[in-house]
Amino acid sequence: MATVETDARTVETTGETTPVDLAWLAEQIPYRFYQECIHCGFCLPTCPTYVLTGDENDSPRGRIYLMKSVADGRLAVGPEIRKHLEFCLDCRACETACPSGVKYARLVEPFKIELIRKTPPGKGFGTLQKVVLHHLLPYSNRVRASLLPVRLLQKIGLMNPLRKSGLFKLLPSTLRNMEATVPTLQPASNLPEVLPAIGPRRARVGILLGCVTDVMTPQTNSATARVLRRNGCEVVVPRAQTCCGAIHYHSGAEAPALAMARQNMEAFDFENLDAIVVNAAGCGAMFKSYDHVLPPEERERAARFVAKVKDVSEFLMELGPIPPDNPLPLKVTYHDACHLRHGQQVYDQPRRLLEMIPGLELVPLAESELCCGAAGTYNLTEPEAAHRLGRRKAGNVEATGAAVVASGNIGCTLQIGRHIREAGLNVEVVHPVDLLDRAYEGGS
Amino acid sequence: MVRLRPILMECEAMPTTAADASLIAELTELLGEEGVIHRHDERVVFECDGYVIDKAMPDVVAFPTSTEQVAAVVKLCNRRGVPFVPRGAGTSLAAGTLLPEGGVMINLTRMNRVLEIDVRDRYAVVEPGLINVWLTEALAGTGLHYAPDPSSQVACTIGGNVATNAGGPHTLKYGVTTNHVRGVELVTTEGEVVWIGGLVADQPGYDLAGLLVGHEGTFGVVTKIVVGLSRNPEAGRTLLAVFQTIDDSVSAVSDIVAAGIVPAAVEMIDNLMIRAVEEAYHFGFPLDAEAVLIIEIDGIEAALDREARAITEIVQARDGRIDRNIAWRTRKEPEYKSIWKSRKSAFGAIGRVSPTFCTQDGVVPRTALPQILRYMGEASKRYGLRIANVFHAGDGNIHPIILFDEKDADQVKRALEASRDILAECIRLGGSVSGEHGIGAEKIAMMPLLFSPDDLAAMAALHEALNPGGLCSPHKKIPMGGHCVEQVAPGRHAPA
Repeated sequence: MATVETDARTVETTGETTPVDLAWLAEQIPYRFYQECIHCGFCLPTCPTYVLTGDENDSPRGRIYLMKSVADGRLAVGPEIRKHLEFCLDCRACETACPSGVKYARLVEPFKIELIRKTPPGKGFGTLQKVVLHHLLPYSNRVRASLLPVRLLQKIGLMNPLRKSGLFKLLPSTLRNMEATVPTLQPASNLPEVLPAIGPRRARVGILLGCVTDVMTPQTNSATARVLRRNGCEVVVPRAQTCCGAIHYHSGAEAPALAMARQNMEAFDFENLDAIVVNAAGCGAMFKSYDHVLPPEERERAARFVAKVKDVSEFLMELGPIPPDNPLPLKVTYHDACHLRHGQQVYDQPRRLLEMIPGLELVPLAESELCCGAAGTYNLTEPEAAHRLGRRKAGNVEATGAAVVASGNIGCTLQIGRHIREAGLNVEVVHPVDLLDRAYEGGS
Repeated sequence: MVRLRPILMECEAMPTTAADASLIAELTELLGEEGVIHRHDERVVFECDGYVIDKAMPDVVAFPTSTEQVAAVVKLCNRRGVPFVPRGAGTSLAAGTLLPEGGVMINLTRMNRVLEIDVRDRYAVVEPGLINVWLTEALAGTGLHYAPDPSSQVACTIGGNVATNAGGPHTLKYGVTTNHVRGVELVTTEGEVVWIGGLVADQPGYDLAGLLVGHEGTFGVVTKIVVGLSRNPEAGRTLLAVFQTIDDSVSAVSDIVAAGIVPAAVEMIDNLMIRAVEEAYHFGFPLDAEAVLIIEIDGIEAALDREARAITEIVQARDGRIDRNIAWRTRKEPEYKSIWKSRKSAFGAIGRVSPTFCTQDGVVPRTALPQILRYMGEASKRYGLRIANVFHAGDGNIHPIILFDEKDADQVKRALEASRDILAECIRLGGSVSGEHGIGAEKIAMMPLLFSPDDLAAMAALHEALNPGGLCSPHKKIPMGGHCVEQVAPGRHAPA
């Protein structure tokens, strides 16, 4: 009979183990979630990290096997297991591929949270990364303030010469990676609290501005509001809204993430809105997960909130979009943001919206469903893999010959924009609503 | 060369020993640090593939990136008397990549390139780790495709398809893997690099390329494959036929073939499976149907409607009706994609209906389908277990899925007995115990039921000639001097 090692205590240890709280994990992850994986392997080729390394340990099936082994007490979390779990982008492409309906994110996210919580000081995230992740990114005013020098440099035309001079290479790698992803910054959207519908009112919706979007691409927020108004929506921009909490939650800071969830549920008067519209896939996916990240007693209310949350393309297609009049004679390709395609199963809607624009030619993008490497904060925590995926994406975009690539997530927009700049390509990176807005407002 | 005694003469448990440091050092010298996995925690995931009942950890996992590296690893294993096995995506449903006593697993996932596509001569040269469907994707715009399409084609590798002689729904018309492989580059079991076959199909002499297809890794490691490419049909019709009884559905299959129609595919799904698939994919299968057939015809547009009418008449004569008639040209039509996704991912969906299941892969002559299905219905009652069916009806290749609860020891035992009964009945009806998954380590005990001792001795002689010492893919396909891998519990896995 083939032998099976079932006892972790008999195996050689290969380094320092991370003491994970198995009881807490068991509370977060019902055991049947592990059992739902039938080990068929359909997820493997859809996983960006498996595509890079070809190592089963870097595949969803492999990671589930590792996590189950940890939950079973068969394996301790040694440095190798930790490495393979942290290498995961949490892009959830495997969930789309899985015939058995495995909720992969519900497995890997608690593990990632627990790993970060149990990281001894000085290991894992650097101090700089922690500051950036926890104290900067989630607050749009802080991000804007920190980027003020960049905006000034861009304004006086010094940013590009500085980039070319190689001076930025002297920065720590985290800052260097951040610098490289900053696009040409626009003034803040500064939307009023309520914007009336244009034409007969068809719906009343709230919009999330997002902490990164409103600084990096505020024009997309303005465009979202205009497009919604053009489609007969009264748009409410709650002042008390805050970061969705995704960056905190996914980097292990559960308590502040849940506080943000509660604040948002208060800020959006959701019982009196037809929808809460989100234009960043990562934030939308986080909003839609409030009903399982919050404690059980708050989930019923959260579920009512979640039922109202829609990606902007999802919402417009459900509402029935009004076709824009002005032609945009552009060749456009579309990249599937992981947290739209896989996290929210929104695939057709943005494509149908783009096809609605007169004169616009939508061309398919090879590997459109493969993660671009942005993956939330992955480009800060796993820069090498993120770069490889980014270059691959830029190459695929180049092959389409499109002048514009559209994507429904701020993280992708920044990451793809960076790699397109670095590859020296002349391709514009936008949100689909940016294009719709142009087509409503008067063409290119 | 060190020769091992015939492996596993006695059936005692042999511990998996960690590879000694010098083997790891030598492999690292050949492949670099990133090409070798030897730490315990990283080897665990390689202890099983798509078949999860029997498990054994390899001592080392090697990731070669070239034929030369594969040959060097094989030579090293020979020199040191260490067993080795090739592995692709690890989707085998028959433990095809299991190393029962440990050894070196040669992981071919980093050899996954399309090396050449020749549209005029209609062939492609590919590396073994290439995902099956990636080849067809690489052929977009050429008007050609790679015909063998196992249900796992989104994940399985062409190297693995060659090893198992993989099938798939469309092999009914287009043939299985062996009909599409023109030649292979092989690293022999002793580490020599040879070409077998070539760019031109059907060369004179013994059909050695044919011998290599379906070898389940026992004749060496395939490092390049020349596959023939098929022209895309101009158009097709995919019909969904709905029946009141299972008997009617499978009888209709034989009627269609007897009428001289060669469908591209005929797939059967029974009621239990229809309900699971519908819950997962919402295609719109009628939930009250006892059985449905997905019947696909393809070819020249002008001929298709007449053929579809002929099929409709046959279906109606068996008290069935055509629920859908999907006309397609590109196979990218949403309804077309949806019906085939439902079919090809069906096994995963059963995970939503039952906590545990096991599936089998048997074959009967097509005309015996009503008998075997009736037998399964009786077995279901006799053992008190639900049995779901979704299979390649046109080929008589059945995949009964037995649903049970793994926590109930008695149900486990009954499920295992029911599986064996059904396979034994397949043999009695003139069929076989594997249509396409291979024998692997899983079904090696069934081989003596299917073949006489003389047959097995002839196969063993061939095995000994091409795999002297048996270091390459031990305990696969052919029982050599007794066997040790016994099934103790039914599986829970998704077949093609």
